[in-house]
Amino acid sequence: MPGRVIDGFTVAGIRHEGGMAVLYDVTHPDHDLPMLMKVPRLREGEDPAAIVSFEMEQMIMPRLTGPHVPRFIAQGGFDAEPYIVMERIGGEPLSHRLRALPLPPPEVAAIGAAVADALDDLHHQNVIHLDVKPANILFRDNGQAVLIDYGLAHHETLPDLMAEEFRLPYGTVPYMAPEQALGIRSESRSDIFALGALLYQFATADLPFGEPQHLKGVKERLWRDPVPPRRRRPAIPPWLQEVILRCLEVLPENRYPTAAQLAFDLRHPEQVALGPRAEKTRRDGWLTVLHRRFRQQEPVARRLGTRTQIAAAPILAVAVDFAEMSDDLAGALRNQVQKMLASRPGARLACLNVLKTALLSLDTTLDEHGRNRHVQRLVELQHWARPLGLAEGRATFHVLEAADVADAILDYARANLVDHLVLGARASTLQRRVLGSVSGKVAAEAPCSVTVVRRRGGD
Amino acid sequence: MRLALLADIHANLEAFRACLDHARDRGADRILLLGDLVGYGADPETVLDLAIDLVAGGALALLGNHDEAALGGGSTGMNDMAATAMAWTRTRLTESHRRFLGALPLTEEEEGRLYVHSEGSAPALWRYVSDAEAARRSLEATTAQATFCGHVHRPALYALGETGKVTPFRPVAGAPVPLARHRRWLAVLGAVGQPRDADPAACYMMLETVPLVATWHRVPYDVAAAAAKIRAAGLPLGLAERLLVGR
Repeated sequence: MPGRVIDGFTVAGIRHEGGMAVLYDVTHPDHDLPMLMKVPRLREGEDPAAIVSFEMEQMIMPRLTGPHVPRFIAQGGFDAEPYIVMERIGGEPLSHRLRALPLPPPEVAAIGAAVADALDDLHHQNVIHLDVKPANILFRDNGQAVLIDYGLAHHETLPDLMAEEFRLPYGTVPYMAPEQALGIRSESRSDIFALGALLYQFATADLPFGEPQHLKGVKERLWRDPVPPRRRRPAIPPWLQEVILRCLEVLPENRYPTAAQLAFDLRHPEQVALGPRAEKTRRDGWLTVLHRRFRQQEPVARRLGTRTQIAAAPILAVAVDFAEMSDDLAGALRNQVQKMLASRPGARLACLNVLKTALLSLDTTLDEHGRNRHVQRLVELQHWARPLGLAEGRATFHVLEAADVADAILDYARANLVDHLVLGARASTLQRRVLGSVSGKVAAEAPCSVTVVRRRGGD
Repeated sequence: MRLALLADIHANLEAFRACLDHARDRGADRILLLGDLVGYGADPETVLDLAIDLVAGGALALLGNHDEAALGGGSTGMNDMAATAMAWTRTRLTESHRRFLGALPLTEEEEGRLYVHSEGSAPALWRYVSDAEAARRSLEATTAQATFCGHVHRPALYALGETGKVTPFRPVAGAPVPLARHRRWLAVLGAVGQPRDADPAACYMMLETVPLVATWHRVPYDVAAAAAKIRAAGLPLGLAERLLVGR
């Protein structure tokens, strides 16, 4: 291969030899970026799955966009020489860090949040990866995670040739979700399970379900729970155990409904609602396990598309500005939020308040009464939200300190994959003219939908 | 080359025009009408006039079972509503309409693509491809790399791989599906004039030929007008109602 020219691409050398394909470095006069050519192994006697999987990758890759996938450049069909040329992402795959495990919990959370961002983006593009593992994760220089290898992926608007051609579930055993072991390939929360297994491994240095060699062993995870991470490493905080074990729930509906919600928890440890999962000190007793094994509630294939499922579990953020708001407007804002939450049980709510800081940071966080303003605002947010009657963990509270209110809200929405922002409008037109409109700026620049609540003819 | 494939128009002028406009706006180079121009709907004459013009301009038209029934006396296999509509349709056609229908071929093949109203194994028997087994029967009876048919009124795609399994797939409107060359495909078009998959919008396919990429489109049209004409013509009311709900 090296030295050959295929459709204008000059093959330099072998970058990686995998089980199903070989990766070569290539150059092309028209493309000024590092590139890889992926060529499937098509030798006699090779697993036919290798061909179908490459075919799927050829269908899926040209449709993917954004920073979390390698940019697609070109491909060649099976009638001549099959290949895919894509952007080469610099740096080492996450698998290179396996030797250094366990990692400190903050680093595990940061990696998890970056990968969850990438999964959220992928799921919004109708794709389920189905082979999330350290070797398939790379990072751009800015820290964004990139998911590679779409050979086992499922695309909801394309025929799934892997599903029908082969009986065996394909995937990587230590990270494979229980429903994947049953042959279900249409569940986006399978990726959340895999990421949970990865986080478990990175936090404890052990795999949650070992590395069974047979399908029977893989299916054990349908009823046998993993050793709680804190039992293996007591230094792991309860919130991280809560997050990891929620990802590893047997039934997809008990996991995080979306990767965006998982990323949110990994970025706000202090806001994770701790339940029995956080408290667990040992695996479930044999009686419980036996009961599960024989009265097993198996995951079933979901009928809703991934995007419908994601849309049912959005992250809503409401910005509450106590200084500017009458009680009427505060109530109207709450009503609006209540309506939006009522129709979507998977939704969660982030309540925001911006504490303005002076540009010259001689500002003190203590006011004249000596009360901590930050804490006071948090308490006021919780008070505002109390009539909503939300279950613990469904709402979180955040006081942002910033010089510009609109910028603070916008930054928050971008960093936390917020789907919908709700805020009240300043009532008086005079004030708006003098101070500028926060809601106007947020509505114009937000990366998501924005609802502005205003009292009719109010003042 | 960009082909627009329309099947099961069923004398629904509003749906037919909406799909033709949609396809022209997206740069269709050629129109292919895969059978059942008439039957059920209230505009057989205008739809046929339009089809005759299209064919004169280079379009392809194939024979469907309703087109055949409109020519002959029989309505075997038809339910009551279909038979009533067919009897009415026959009274509307002129001699030139009959000549046109009588000259339509059952199948057409070009560059490894087979076009047929029902399916490939016995086109004149009007069998339905409603599942993977029926798709296999058609795929195994021909050498075409890709078969395109109508008749079922519900869009579907079947892939025959090297392992011999037939993979069924329900196409998503507006999402292009590449029909890779080393695999064999059978694509069922949805209906232009009488969709039956709970979506009343008209359905047709845009097909790129190099490489082969199929996109099923859903086109909203004035269903109320088409239904009103069916009622005004005294045709069975059920034929109007089903258009409104796509069943």
